[in-house]
Amino acid sequence: MRSPTSTTAKPAPNPTMHRRAFLAASATAAAATAILVSGGAILCPREAWGYETKALAPDTMRSLIRVSRDIYPHDRLADRFYAIAMKAQDEKASADAALKELYESGMAKLDRLAKAKHDAPYAEVGWEADRVRLLHEIEADPFFQTVRGGLVTGIYNNQEVWPLFGYEGESAAKGGYIDRGFNDIEWL
Amino acid sequence: MEAKFDLNDDSVVVIVGSGAGGGTLGTQLALKGIRTVILEAGGRHNMEDFQNDEWASFAQISWLDPRTTSGSWRVSRDFPGLPAWIVKAVGGSTVHWAGAALRFQPHEFKTRTAYGEVAGANLLDWPITLEELEPWYAQAEDRMGVTRTNGIPGLPGNNNFKVLKAGADKMGYKECHTGNMAINSEPRDGRGGCQQIGFCFQGCKSGAKWSTLIAEIPKGEETGKLEVRANAQVLKIEHDAKGKVTGVLYADKDGAIQRQKARIVAVAGNSIESPRLLLNSASSMFPDGLANSSGQVGRNYMRHMTGSVYGVFEKPVRMYRGTTMAGIIRDEAKNKPDRGFVGGYEIETLSLGLPFMAAFLDPGAWGREFTSALDGYDHMAGMWLVGEDMPQESNRITLHADKKDKYGMPVPNVHFDDHPNDVAMRQHAYRQGMALYESVGATRTFPTPPYPSTHNLGTNRMSEKARDGVVNKWGQTHDVANLFVSDGSQFTTGGAENPTLTIVALALRQADYIAGQMAKNAI
Repeated sequence: MRSPTSTTAKPAPNPTMHRRAFLAASATAAAATAILVSGGAILCPREAWGYETKALAPDTMRSLIRVSRDIYPHDRLADRFYAIAMKAQDEKASADAALKELYESGMAKLDRLAKAKHDAPYAEVGWEADRVRLLHEIEADPFFQTVRGGLVTGIYNNQEVWPLFGYEGESAAKGGYIDRGFNDIEWL
Repeated sequence: MEAKFDLNDDSVVVIVGSGAGGGTLGTQLALKGIRTVILEAGGRHNMEDFQNDEWASFAQISWLDPRTTSGSWRVSRDFPGLPAWIVKAVGGSTVHWAGAALRFQPHEFKTRTAYGEVAGANLLDWPITLEELEPWYAQAEDRMGVTRTNGIPGLPGNNNFKVLKAGADKMGYKECHTGNMAINSEPRDGRGGCQQIGFCFQGCKSGAKWSTLIAEIPKGEETGKLEVRANAQVLKIEHDAKGKVTGVLYADKDGAIQRQKARIVAVAGNSIESPRLLLNSASSMFPDGLANSSGQVGRNYMRHMTGSVYGVFEKPVRMYRGTTMAGIIRDEAKNKPDRGFVGGYEIETLSLGLPFMAAFLDPGAWGREFTSALDGYDHMAGMWLVGEDMPQESNRITLHADKKDKYGMPVPNVHFDDHPNDVAMRQHAYRQGMALYESVGATRTFPTPPYPSTHNLGTNRMSEKARDGVVNKWGQTHDVANLFVSDGSQFTTGGAENPTLTIVALALRQADYIAGQMAKNAI
């Protein structure tokens, strides 16, 4: 979605993800990759969350989270914020077969490109710069543009990430900033 | 108490739209005892309902009906369905405006004379001068409570202003202050002082900001002479065999088509909807649309030369705290053709919250260049660059050949190409803006492209001669004596200044004229 018109209908996705208990053993696997696939779900032992996909294959979901971080990389944001953004897309795809196909076929194409060049699926290509080069090859595709457009609200309209950027959000209920530092700059 | 007029009452003045033009005109007519109906396409929100949340507010108050775009402007690429960022609600875009209330400069009423022939530009002198409009500018400033007029103190400077001011001093700019703002710096006119909330664009929740929603329309309604019908989308203006308008057809809140009769119709639906309505009102007598004998309806669409510069600093700024646009530098607003362009531009403080910054900083951008910019969000200062753009006949609102809205009416297409003068001005403004922030230590600056248009102007231009434009010096259409245009679409040229004060002054002046003409039974 390239226009705010089409990105506004949906509210910020629910930031609370389904949590699961994890066996200590899964921590070992996490060393290799942060997000694991298990049955119909993806698991992130490091951050102690899991998500059972609604429409997308768990492998696709896992790769899309990697794609999301590569599109909008913020090293201070945990994987869960990217997962929350893609969860909203997965839920949308569960009611939209064409969208589901767009994600599945788009990710399959990206994996093919990755394998041809790096002998590994996209999510396992080691360097961000190499993955970004692959993304540039497909950035005009509807797949890429749909993923990117959804992330603009999926990531940045999540109120949980605002404090990480120093954005304070709603202020009227707190009386505005008239007594809370609207003019507190001191370094000038 | 609010009036309620009959659909068949053909003695009323009907105004289409309740923003700066329509809301002011309707209120002023009611205060003069003239029975008036305002038909507003959007709903009515109370200020308590406004939201300090950019996307939620955008969904609540924006005009999101289908529109299309064409032309080489970047908005058409980035936001093809959203040429303008304006409001569909009682109060119109005064709900969303930032409050900057500036008078035009004298030469901006006579740009053809002042600038001479500019290739590709359809420049024309206004049929009025600054001197003629001054009494109504003064009325408007008093009514709106504009700071630094009528003894009203300026607003205090917020963090973003302080950065701007420090840079202005370094750059040698002389005229920098916290603006002429229609936002109360202290309680006035039954409304409180600004609480420095910082969500001016999302509808002021304290009531400190002037809007027709809270500061005009209630006063009109109290007279018992004004009825505001919300959720009433006007589809067509009707006329009789003599070519006088007789009323309007509108879709009510349930989608049912109603006919409101009228003695006078005033169109104030903003510069996209107003010409669209005139064009959609074509008839066998007026085959090219109402009031369009000149062929100028919809043409000369202006949107101001705009752009923004954001700078990132080593230490925090928190630009989003406090009044969004209470900061201005006016030194570049003058006409100094030695800069390589005619006309001038204002430099004003601006901030966006994180969600909108992500959407508007560089639409479509991704990767670390983009995200590292957002990582500096709370260290950013921001400015808006807004200047006079050139009217061009080919920049215009037309009816889409086959796309229709939910009432079956053709949707508007907005075509815009930058004029070389606009491009030269924007480049100059970017350079100055970036240099200003660098002068106070910015480590990185961003020349940010125009947002969807907030200042939509000129599509029913005012002209002395009927062949050059759509309305005369009173906003009365050249072709139809009881049909008026009351919004920014009247502007012959755009000036460098935020247009609302001029729209309000013109509406107050037009109210005097309409009342006089009605008293004389001339219309």
